[in-house]
Amino acid sequence: MNHRDRAEAFLREPGRAAWHDRVLWQVRAKRDAAVQSVAEWEELRDLAAAIKAYALANLDCLLEQFESAATARGAIVHWADDAAAHNRIVGEILSRHGVDRVVKSKSMLTEECGLNHYLAGRGIEVVDTDLGERIVQLRGEVPSHIVLPAIHLRRDEVGDLFHARLGTPAGCSDPAALTAAARADLRSAFRGAAAGITGVNFAIAESGGIVVCTNEGNADLGTALPPLHIACMGIEKVIPRAADLGVFTRVLARSATGQAITAYTAHMHGPRRGGELHIVVVDDGRSELMGRPRYRRSLACIRCGACLNTCPVYRRSGGHSYDAVVPGPIGSTLGPARDAKRHASLPYACTLCGSCTDVCPVKIDLHDQLVHWRREVVSGAGRSLRSTITARAAAFVLGRPWLWGVLRRAGAMAVRVAPVSMRRLAGPWTKARELPVPPRRSFREQMRGGADD
Amino acid sequence: MADLAGSRVALFVPCYVDQLAPQVGLAALEVLRRAGVDAEFPVDQACCGQPLVNVGWLDEARPLAARYARVFRGYDYIVCPSGSCTAMVRHGYATLLEDRCSAEVGGRTFELCEFLVGVAGVKSMRGHFDRRVGLHRACHGLRGLRLGACSERAQTTADAVVALLGGIDGLALVEPPRRDECCGFGGSFSVDEPEISALMGRDCLRGFDEVDAEVITSTDVSCLLHLDGLARRGDAARRTIHVAEILADCEPLR
Repeated sequence: MNHRDRAEAFLREPGRAAWHDRVLWQVRAKRDAAVQSVAEWEELRDLAAAIKAYALANLDCLLEQFESAATARGAIVHWADDAAAHNRIVGEILSRHGVDRVVKSKSMLTEECGLNHYLAGRGIEVVDTDLGERIVQLRGEVPSHIVLPAIHLRRDEVGDLFHARLGTPAGCSDPAALTAAARADLRSAFRGAAAGITGVNFAIAESGGIVVCTNEGNADLGTALPPLHIACMGIEKVIPRAADLGVFTRVLARSATGQAITAYTAHMHGPRRGGELHIVVVDDGRSELMGRPRYRRSLACIRCGACLNTCPVYRRSGGHSYDAVVPGPIGSTLGPARDAKRHASLPYACTLCGSCTDVCPVKIDLHDQLVHWRREVVSGAGRSLRSTITARAAAFVLGRPWLWGVLRRAGAMAVRVAPVSMRRLAGPWTKARELPVPPRRSFREQMRGGADD
Repeated sequence: MADLAGSRVALFVPCYVDQLAPQVGLAALEVLRRAGVDAEFPVDQACCGQPLVNVGWLDEARPLAARYARVFRGYDYIVCPSGSCTAMVRHGYATLLEDRCSAEVGGRTFELCEFLVGVAGVKSMRGHFDRRVGLHRACHGLRGLRLGACSERAQTTADAVVALLGGIDGLALVEPPRRDECCGFGGSFSVDEPEISALMGRDCLRGFDEVDAEVITSTDVSCLLHLDGLARRGDAARRTIHVAEILADCEPLR
């Protein structure tokens, strides 16, 4: 199944795509308003891109600096080569502390590693405390957006879910009431949890501190109550200095939701008194991506979701159409890097409009990367004979203008003589569109023989 | 603004314009003539290679890029009535094909409106066009060539197309609520994901309905063919017209 096939289900539901598109366009519009209010916005993007470029170029030193500084503050730093190692490390920390219930704030990395499923297999219950993530968790789904995990669901669908799972009144879809019910449910989870797992938005090399940004304060509460905090981060999250946060915290929330800053920005330096802080630093293919000059800039991603909100294809197909932990434009370049075969259709789920590249706060050249991925898809090991023949045929025709007129006249005649067959042949175009009407004479022919009147 | 006296200017006509919308090529020639530019049409020109690059057949596109560079060697300016082809030559040859030789010609290739305003020094056009004209800001021209300011960035960029159309008598230039969302053509996307392509196009047309545009104009025939095809299927009385066709009846003012 490819993106197009998966999108079909999304498109088939009456009104779903239009509503999803409208809702996310509003988020994009909020982002625009926030951006227009910052006179130096483009400068901030340049700075953010430059800091990330520096960080990625010096990742080895910065990671060691971070480990040393974090350890000096009393944190315990672990290194995980891959998802399996990450899960094992987290599982062992929890087992050692006799933990059977954890609260977890949003972490795309733990989604990537399949942590919840792994821990469930070891008898450890994970409660996702971000409201959107809690909703998809209760539904047994994966998030469809990296910042707004349940954006694919309407209020009434959440109402039905909460009625079934949290006992809210049937038919109630008032957001305030539903949120209050979720809050009460999560309160007991926070109180009863022996450990809190968070992601890391930024890891500061010079201070050994970690920064976690949320709107709900669930990372704060999830690490304030339980004595054990496990923070999971990809290696690319490290930034050189605390001062660099002055750039990133200014662009992150504005890009994501149009807020000046997230409601909560937790700066955590070492464990809290009487507690333990474990930081699990994960590679899982990132250093390999570092070795690919064409795509390594995608590691600068700060997971703001702006590219998802602006992408006209994502808005009309929904995150589940991508079959990837991270969907949308950034997911369409990160996905093939991870599994080129499974995600081969993602670089093509794109019109190359370039809007994603222009909203990216760290200036990743997203749509150019997608073209490069297209090349890898069509010319990779096992390039099909059909692809080779079609490519050569297309190049043959496009290099021979004398052929164009022949084909145009032949096509025009075929449409007159066998309209039904031609319609079927041109199916992907003619299913929704009329064919262009070919002129009697092309531009070249008119230049040769005088203008057409 | 450049002094064009003694410059050799060539017209590059995209393959699909040549075969499906020749009037746009003729209009471009006329616009340039009225601006005092006698553009040549080197007949050996072919396709810029974008359809191949679009699918990912970059290697097959290289000979076409080399041919473009050869055909247009010796011209001071190459003018093209298409934002997407111009963007392929100027941006794609260097960034995607990573071809230094062909990349050089990118510096001499201009989309028609950016040439008129940025090189030929045209400030506005004088003429009549009594219509409510919806401006479709085609993506490659907008975000690839920066023909105008895009809504994503906090930057003001003078809009070449608006400058040229804005002064024409009777022409009411309007933009849709989503002023620069992609129309959904996207080259191979139109046949790889036809459903979303059509949905985006219909949304685009609806945006123009909302502002009562009588005709839709753009720098790109590809977008217009896609929108026109959708409109005609929907029995809409929507007319599309390339910017060059509007400008060809006007006089440039410097």
